[in-house]
Amino acid sequence: MPTVGLFIPCYVDQFYPRVGMATLRVLRRLGLEVDFPEEQTCCGQPMYNSGCAGDARPLAERFVRIFGRYDHVVAPSGSCVSMVRNHFRELLGDRPELGALAARTYELCEYLVDVVGVKSLEGSFPRKVGLHRSCHGLRELRLARSSERMDPPLDKARQLLGQLRGIELLDLERPDECCGFGGTFAVNEEAVSCLMGKDRIADHEKAGAEIIAGYDMSCLMHLDGLLRRERKPIRVMHVAEILEEARLNP
Amino acid sequence: MNTFHADKAAAFARDVPHAHWHDTALWFMRVKRDRGAGSVPEWEKLRNAASGIKAHTLSRLADYLEEFERNAKANGIQVHWARDGAEHNRIVGGILEAHGVKLVAKSKSMLTEECGLNPYLEARGLEIVDTDLGERIVQLAHEPPSHIVMPAIHKKKEQIGELFHQTIGTAEGLSDPKVLTEAARQHLRRKFLGAQAGLSGVNFAIADTGGIVVVTNEGNADMGTSLPPLHIASMGVEKVIPRARDLGVFLRLLARSATGQPISTYTTHFHAPLRSGELHVVIVDNGRSEILGRETFRRSLSCIRCGACLNTCPVYRRSGGYSYSYLIPGPIGAVLGAQRDPVAHASLPFASSLCGSCSDVCPVKIDLHHEILALREEIRSRKILPGGKRLSMRIAGVVLRHPALYRAFGWLARSLLRAGVARVGPGATWARQRELPAAPKETFRELWKKEREEKVA
Repeated sequence: MPTVGLFIPCYVDQFYPRVGMATLRVLRRLGLEVDFPEEQTCCGQPMYNSGCAGDARPLAERFVRIFGRYDHVVAPSGSCVSMVRNHFRELLGDRPELGALAARTYELCEYLVDVVGVKSLEGSFPRKVGLHRSCHGLRELRLARSSERMDPPLDKARQLLGQLRGIELLDLERPDECCGFGGTFAVNEEAVSCLMGKDRIADHEKAGAEIIAGYDMSCLMHLDGLLRRERKPIRVMHVAEILEEARLNP
Repeated sequence: MNTFHADKAAAFARDVPHAHWHDTALWFMRVKRDRGAGSVPEWEKLRNAASGIKAHTLSRLADYLEEFERNAKANGIQVHWARDGAEHNRIVGGILEAHGVKLVAKSKSMLTEECGLNPYLEARGLEIVDTDLGERIVQLAHEPPSHIVMPAIHKKKEQIGELFHQTIGTAEGLSDPKVLTEAARQHLRRKFLGAQAGLSGVNFAIADTGGIVVVTNEGNADMGTSLPPLHIASMGVEKVIPRARDLGVFLRLLARSATGQPISTYTTHFHAPLRSGELHVVIVDNGRSEILGRETFRRSLSCIRCGACLNTCPVYRRSGGYSYSYLIPGPIGAVLGAQRDPVAHASLPFASSLCGSCSDVCPVKIDLHHEILALREEIRSRKILPGGKRLSMRIAGVVLRHPALYRAFGWLARSLLRAGVARVGPGATWARQRELPAAPKETFRELWKKEREEKVA
């Protein structure tokens, strides 16, 4: 049985520990050995995306050192996994151990679908769910086919959630438009960021969503902030949380 | 700190109904593009082919340009080389003056916008009439284009009715697009008949035939260049493609990506001057060789100016063309503008959520969002990243390198959030329209530790 190094992004650790716990439980339930190396902090994406590669580099170095010992590394975030898989090379150069680590670092949904091969999940979740396809998971990890591309259909998060009994996965008018979070963009370009978020919410509302589900809490944090300010009766949930909650409703 | 885009965008987005109108108009083009692209089973193969042809051409650009020049000259076309915009304008102005031209009919060309040709010629007493309908509208309004394919997309039909009433003497209060278009047609017809020269851009210059191809939907390039004996076509060095047989790849992609049409209404091949006329082609560098020399950004020269990245960009749609400090807006404009002048256009690479939709929609597969990201690094390295941002990233870098500091800062942030006093600095900006995240008492690592200790006990 492979040992999974659990990579919990810094903001999940600090603000959404329940998502980390749900991820841990989902993985354990599948019989996986899971370890959380406590010296981990952040992959360096905020600095890297702000043009400060020099500040991100030592964090990438640390990450490789800390996670190098695991068979697989799994995180409940498409964006942070994309940082490791697609951008560490630009920071650290082409090193064989890095390539190997990048190749065995997975976002939770793709890990469950592609590596574990989950085909029938137990549990029911009789709710109307709109799926938010966060951009980095979508276009950098290809967790689903983006609407711009004319490749064969694919959607790993939907594949997982669709296994739950009673769940109603809704179709959106714009299936994968950006919510406007975008890291520091959310503050630098606050006006456009919030308008983008409100437009996403309106699309989910129109489809009748009770829950907006996603694989990146950062986007969901932004949408949740807008939902709470406007007191809308829609909740955001990470896919891992839904899988966990469904398990408790057999 | 350069906050040009953020400020303009905030002003644009403040009028929410108007921003939604703009967003919807452009999203409509994106939907049409999806339909057009989806109708071609080998769409992704075409994109790969186009990207490959462009990469190959750029790898031996000088050779293909010289081949084009040789073949064009053999066809009787006069070829000129311009190092920059000023030289381009001098060449064009010189040709026009030598022919005693007073009135010029010009079809769409972003290159001549880039070179500032219209003001240059107007200062010399020439009248330049933009004959593309959208271009004519913004010309009459004394505005720059707000989109590279649909220059007047920011205007509503009522505004155009009012503009036409004031400038070309139509009746007051018109807003029927058909009536307005007919009025523009009659107005432009007189200009076409009076022009002594036609100017055009170039969509493709073909090395092995020495011909150029110009694509329009209105036939205005054909009218403008068929009636007068003099035609001057301006092209950037990157417009050359190796062979006539490569053209099909690009033509199938171009109109579908731009508007969803299978092909543009007019695709005109110019291979020689009119009988007893002259055809001049001006090949312009204006900074392109410098881009070519930079590996990270070279691919931005593959752009065929379809505008698909603008139409798909969630930021462009909600901030409008005038929120970009460069004349080409949207993702491709951010890339080209920030390379041309990283100080003046420092805000543009940050006018992106890095969603990557532009890269996926691009028919020639320019990795736009990664080029935008690389430009952020370039702006930092030139020390023009705002001091506050630079400092906060440096502090974050240090904190995140030391788990104890990380835990302490995390605790502090959560305590401030729980005490409701986190609405300062970026927290205040975040909280203007959004709630801050509710901070839990315990972090994941604390829960993890607890669980392990319980297990041991």
